[in-house]
Amino acid sequence: MHLDPYIVVFSTVTVVATILMGFWAARQSKTASDFFVAGRSVSVGWNASAISGEYLSAASFMGIAGMVMSSGYDALWYPVCYACGYLFLLLFIAGPLRRFGAYTIPDFAEGRFDSPLFRKIAVCFVLFIGFFYTMPQMKGAGTTLAYILPGLPYWAGVVLVGSVITLNVSLGGMKGITLVQAVQYWAKMFAISVPIFVLMAVYGHYGKQLEANSTSAAPVSGIQVATNPVVGSMDMVTVPAGVPRLALPEKAPKDATWISPFGPLTTKAAKAAKLSPQESRPYSLLYTYSLIIALVCGTAGLPHILVRFYTNPNGVAAKRTTMWVMILIGIFYVFPPVFGVMGRNLFPDLYNGIGAKGTDKIVLELPRLLNEKYAPLGSILSGITCAGAFAAFMSTFSGLLVSMTGALAHDIYGRMLRPNATPEQRMRMFRIGAVLLGGGAMLAGSFVEPLEINFMVGQAFAIAAASYFPLLFMAVWWRRLTMKGAATGMLAGGLSAVLAISLTSFSTLALAPGKSGELFAAFKPLNTYWAAHPLLRILCEQPAIWAVPMAITLMVIVSKLTANDIPANIRLKMLVLHAPEKLGLKEEYIQEQQPAGH
Amino acid sequence: MNPQPSSPPEIHSEEFLRLLMRRQLRLSCACAAAFLVVLLGLPLANYFYPEAMAQRVFGFTLTWFLLGIGFFPAVWVIALYFIRRSIALEESELNSVSGSKSAAGK
Repeated sequence: MHLDPYIVVFSTVTVVATILMGFWAARQSKTASDFFVAGRSVSVGWNASAISGEYLSAASFMGIAGMVMSSGYDALWYPVCYACGYLFLLLFIAGPLRRFGAYTIPDFAEGRFDSPLFRKIAVCFVLFIGFFYTMPQMKGAGTTLAYILPGLPYWAGVVLVGSVITLNVSLGGMKGITLVQAVQYWAKMFAISVPIFVLMAVYGHYGKQLEANSTSAAPVSGIQVATNPVVGSMDMVTVPAGVPRLALPEKAPKDATWISPFGPLTTKAAKAAKLSPQESRPYSLLYTYSLIIALVCGTAGLPHILVRFYTNPNGVAAKRTTMWVMILIGIFYVFPPVFGVMGRNLFPDLYNGIGAKGTDKIVLELPRLLNEKYAPLGSILSGITCAGAFAAFMSTFSGLLVSMTGALAHDIYGRMLRPNATPEQRMRMFRIGAVLLGGGAMLAGSFVEPLEINFMVGQAFAIAAASYFPLLFMAVWWRRLTMKGAATGMLAGGLSAVLAISLTSFSTLALAPGKSGELFAAFKPLNTYWAAHPLLRILCEQPAIWAVPMAITLMVIVSKLTANDIPANIRLKMLVLHAPEKLGLKEEYIQEQQPAGH
Repeated sequence: MNPQPSSPPEIHSEEFLRLLMRRQLRLSCACAAAFLVVLLGLPLANYFYPEAMAQRVFGFTLTWFLLGIGFFPAVWVIALYFIRRSIALEESELNSVSGSKSAAGK
């Protein structure tokens, strides 16, 4: 493998343009309030593009395709629920929160319960979820760099990209500016759709590619996959559908399990326990439901999504924006699985790779195939998808780093440790915090190479689903929720989800070769335990199905026990949450919050 | 358009808040129910009718077609319905109290 000049040029241009745009935009608006106010003058179309641009991360751009390729049908739940979670947010949470005028979840936590203490607890979860969400972005960065610069070790890619973004954030570039985010949405949309249309025109469309995968376990006559699956062999086998196809390596899942529901992703635990396919189906169903709950509820609880609902002039525009966001991300999410499907037929070599050399890089590598017929078109298109990948993980990692550093510098340092720090001290703390958090993310990111990007994002969603979602849902719709009840439920749900998820990820990492395996070797015996208890393994890997109800139940029980603590002006608070914005109750509410006396 | 109730509700009254929350929750829950039937029903269909869901549609299996492509427009329809209805709901809430507000505002 050699350095491809087209790919290097496209990627470099994207990185430089992103950084320049960030600094240009940061100069336009200096403060956080500028960010919101500036957003309010933005049209529905721009704002919807910006929200979508912020939402589509490395998981959407690279991870979905990789997971569809490796696991087949079950992986489709990810893109669908990433898009549909937005509906849940719209139905239950977005409207009331917007009327309440809380910009972030910690703001809401404090305002709803009049409790600065609760704000601190909520801030800690911003850091938790943000941290889990940065790891897959780092994996995306490491994978992309290892592809662009062959021979570069994975961790070096993580450190390189991580350092550039961390430096950028600490110097004040890359604020969440509407224009930059909107441009990035269209860049990502272009980078994912144009290559796939060209590929489909040459190799056969989406349905045809799928048709090449048989649904029956017995080999269908006529499809004779090459008998000798030598790695890298290029014997194209044409199946009846007329789509060229390469022989699948040993490691790849068989056609029938790959294309059917309840495949490799959801049966892993039951398979390790040596259950028969028939016995493992109920386990798969459970896994599927838990995954759906995590993704749908988790979207509603992601800290960096809610903020954007305020960047609209009024409630009607906010709702219209949400509609457009759902359309924009829905269209986007049709494309990544196509890469996975085509990759299975045309690039099965990746099944043999692990970590950064595995299926997660299919989006980057697949367009290169076109070089066989139409060089250098393949390199150009591959350069475009690389550029899209850069846009994806750079925007999400910067956004997360900004909000995590903000939480650290503003809330933890500015409010808890040094309440009377000067603005200069806070600014310095922001820079130190960015470097600390960026460094931590790089360190963690270099250990997660064996885990799939999409899987890790799913885990971050599960934690959000078990902590923030119950808080927001209950606080908006149940007036007798007390601070103690909400805190107990959120902490218990969130922390037990973190614990369960970490246990399964550590035990998976313990099996990986290399330094990750050595570091987590202590967790190796856990795998024998999982093999004996597949149900427990599923419940730990996908905790949402028990953690979300547990959090809600705890909230109800503890709130009943501490009923005296219901804020005195709860009726007014609920009225602000639910009455039409045009009544102007928010003003009234804020005035009442002013300290008494003159 | 909406006939004004003979005595408009007072904004800060218990009844107004209850009415407000109940109407909003009913709309949200109705939309969520439609969404959940589709979302939670598909795995069940896969579980109990694997053969029917594996039928080929334009080369896709039926279930792949539904999940990978068909799901998004279905969600758009629900979202559009919710947005229309909730804007209308806010209008009618506004109308029902505007009388009392101008009277109390002085």
